[in-house]
Amino acid sequence: MSLLDKVRALLGRDAVLEGPASGEIPRVAPPTPDAVALLLGTAHEEGWRVRVEGTGSWLPPDAPADLTLTTRRLDRVTAVEPQDLVATAEAGIGWDALRQQLADRGAWLALDPPGIAGRSLGSVVATGTAGPLRAGFGPVRDHLLGVTFVTGDGRIIQGGGRVMKNVAGYDLTRLQAGAFGAFGVIVLVHLRLRALPRADETLVLEGPAEELLAAADEIRAAELAPAALELLSPALARRERWVLAARLVGSPAAVAAEEGDLRGVAGGRFAPLRAEEAHAFWSRAAEAFALRPVTFRVGGLPEGGEELLDLVRHQLSDEWVSAAPGVGSIRWAGEASAERLRRLRRTLAGQEVPLTLERAPWALRSAVGHFGAYREGVGPLVAGLRHTFDPKGTLVAAVEGDE
Amino acid sequence: MDSSLASALAGLVGERHVRAAHAERLAYAMDGLPTHHSLPGLAVLPGTRDEVVAVVRLLADLEVPFVPRGAGTGLSGGALADHAAVLLVLTRLNRILKIDVANRLAVVEPGVVNARLSAAAAPHRLHYAPDPSSQTACTLGGNVAENAGGPHCLKYGVTTSHILALEVVRADGSVVNLGSPGGEPWGPDLVGVFVGSEGNFGVATRITVRLVPLPRAVRTLLADFSSLRAAGEAVSAIIGAGLVPAALEMMDRSCIQAVEDSVYAAGYPRDAAAVLLVELDGRSEAAVDEEARQAASLLSAQGARHVRQAADAKEREKLWQGRKKAFGAMGRLSRDLVVQDAVVPRSSLPDVLESIAAIAARYDLVVSNVFHAGDGNLHPNISFDARDPETVDRVEHASAEIMATCIAAGGTITGEHGVGLDKLRYMPLVFDGDSLAAMHAVRRVFDPDERVNPGKVIPVHACREWAGVRNAEFGMRNVRSRVDSAFHIPHSALDV
Ligand SMILES: Cc1cc2nc3c(=O)[nH]c(=O)nc-3n(C[C@H](O)[C@H](O)[C@H](O)COP(=O)(O)OP(=O)(O)OC[C@H]3O[C@@H](n4cnc5c(N)ncnc54)[C@H](O)[C@@H]3O)c2cc1C
Repeated sequence: MSLLDKVRALLGRDAVLEGPASGEIPRVAPPTPDAVALLLGTAHEEGWRVRVEGTGSWLPPDAPADLTLTTRRLDRVTAVEPQDLVATAEAGIGWDALRQQLADRGAWLALDPPGIAGRSLGSVVATGTAGPLRAGFGPVRDHLLGVTFVTGDGRIIQGGGRVMKNVAGYDLTRLQAGAFGAFGVIVLVHLRLRALPRADETLVLEGPAEELLAAADEIRAAELAPAALELLSPALARRERWVLAARLVGSPAAVAAEEGDLRGVAGGRFAPLRAEEAHAFWSRAAEAFALRPVTFRVGGLPEGGEELLDLVRHQLSDEWVSAAPGVGSIRWAGEASAERLRRLRRTLAGQEVPLTLERAPWALRSAVGHFGAYREGVGPLVAGLRHTFDPKGTLVAAVEGDE
Repeated sequence: MDSSLASALAGLVGERHVRAAHAERLAYAMDGLPTHHSLPGLAVLPGTRDEVVAVVRLLADLEVPFVPRGAGTGLSGGALADHAAVLLVLTRLNRILKIDVANRLAVVEPGVVNARLSAAAAPHRLHYAPDPSSQTACTLGGNVAENAGGPHCLKYGVTTSHILALEVVRADGSVVNLGSPGGEPWGPDLVGVFVGSEGNFGVATRITVRLVPLPRAVRTLLADFSSLRAAGEAVSAIIGAGLVPAALEMMDRSCIQAVEDSVYAAGYPRDAAAVLLVELDGRSEAAVDEEARQAASLLSAQGARHVRQAADAKEREKLWQGRKKAFGAMGRLSRDLVVQDAVVPRSSLPDVLESIAAIAARYDLVVSNVFHAGDGNLHPNISFDARDPETVDRVEHASAEIMATCIAAGGTITGEHGVGLDKLRYMPLVFDGDSLAAMHAVRRVFDPDERVNPGKVIPVHACREWAGVRNAEFGMRNVRSRVDSAFHIPHSALDV
């Protein structure tokens, strides 16, 4: 029996999305977590290599493999509890569909990941890509109460749970967030929500990057803590100059107070955007990161933010850059060779600043890896964990690269 | 324990810092959990990271198991060692190595006491936000190991959200740095999986934490209710309205009485069935005032008899003192106190609280509740006398039924105190054999011989087989036979 026949026999004819054209590998869309486990258990036994995709909009579907497992049929929101501010959703649901279903119940997931609106929830979790709201609401992992995942040999594992606090057992949820699929396929996610904010304002300030960074410093020194404070390059902001954008979220009273304080900074030049302008502004910036071939993030400290930005601009380019001065992180998109990325990564590592490759064509991913070289002693731990969760290397993931 | 080990350790850390005599070891026979005690073979107190490494290497060479210990305030028996194990006490590693005001972070040794860090950061208008009620005693190493919470974690997040990087000494004595100062994991999130691992993954010897600006405006409300149910419903009303209080704590009548009878009397109304302590904070006085007004009207609408706002810092302090010292106050009610810990969905608080009251009545026990209501994190505390086996028997049955009730409501068996020894038996009620086996396998990646804190967290007998992992009985042995437990829970008690 061919691989295709075996998969059809296992999961039914319509689990294989389309008859693969010559040279293409089959794309399989299991309809349930159990079906994912069945498929991976078989792949493990048969020695098939599996690449995992959500809706296929973030990482290009180009890794060498025998078949593609797509989570796109795992697209249900199985529970929303607005009173408890928790929800459970399958990993393949698109971000926009999830957001809408939550909003219908007055709830909000305080994450604004880069990428297109239809990007899958699982891909956001697996790549740990938070957007500007990270400044106020933390990284992706802070929004997760639990995950269910399937290991490379087809076991279904539950980490965490559905309640706000949980220290029963080790934190496998955090292990999955941002592991780029190296430890299993995420199938179900328990989310921590917030009430849909009653006030949500965005103010912007334009100018040279250095001046805006100084304004960001002032904001921080004044202990203002906007939900997002992001410095965007002109191309990203679609403006003539760099833009410092502040998003204020919360009760009308708190937002009004913050807005007043913010206008007191930088000589009162912060200008508010209308609601629909603000929405377009943030979503355009998020989507832009899915348009260029390479995206990475670096995680530094607030104090060294300006030098870090200079370094990235200098070694690569400064066309598509978004920086969170209060967090110390920078996201960059553009074109870059493996050599340049390696060099930048080495320079940054010397300053204890990691560079995480978020998206790139396979050739680049496999050459430099999402993480590259780890700090001393970490490599054996990651290798041990990979072996634990995927003993035969069934899941294709380029975490370390060739180095 | 072999006296040659004691002298070898003394050679590494100095004779004064090795405790081998029976009387000395007795000081370490318990942690904050009154139902378990166990004499360690030895206790050793290294004074530096290098001494920790040297001690751990020696123990690795000799294949001796060991248990890291902070202040010993843990409530699940996690810091107990048996006669075959060495207790590695970290309280001498108590230096605050750096407070980086510009980047709002601090680097500390694991023995630094939680409240001391906040005190040291206060002149810079910063603090370390997670504030367990034991914060004047517990260490940051213990907080990391347990992923500790506290009243203000409702708004600011529990320990795991505040740990940026860790230096860890593994069981073989190797040193590994996890995370990065900015908080980006630098690979998979190994800091995230270390936090809450209860000492099973190695010894945290250096901890980089986030510091948060002190709030400029604070309002503290005390609302009293004539029924537990109404108080529970008020919690959901506040959260559902989109308010994010810094803290939202509940105390029931029995707890109120205990506090008011103690030196920590806070002026809580003695006739109330429950009080809620609600704190709102932020940067702007006007905005926090407005939120406090909104909270007060929600509380009244939910049936609060009175809503009182602390007039000044002194009154606020007093209201909080009662809450933070409630365990101590309850400790006076009886010889022993079991501080239970479980989590339920917020909206099921009213039902679960009523069920717990019914369980207490059925077993004729005094159960007092003081807990983090905003997170649904319950602490039903059972007062009893551990000398009476018949009472102990009732306490264990009641505890098991309370856990079962919380699980049935969609909750879990611990929100902040950890599994340790105490909750091992409940783990199979929340995780299946594969998930337990996965956790066990992860532990063995960090510590292949299971020598750090053996026998805790994962009930090995309940794990399904996992490739490459033998189902070592090693861990389970000391749970039943080596550690004296006042508890022998019949499994039938869990079938409720
Ligand atoms: C009155 C009272 C109130 C409490 N209130 C709260 C509360 O509000 N919230 C809360 O979360 N907890 C609370 N606790 C529980 C306890 O204080 C916490 O679990 C605390 O984090 C334990 O710290 P410790 O230093 O005492 O650790 P210990 O009890 O000494 O150890 C606890 C665990 O941590 C491990 N450990 C200690 N140090 C290290 C290290 N450096 N590296 C690796 N492992 C280590 C030990 O092996 C053990 O498993 C309370 C306890 C008491 C007695």
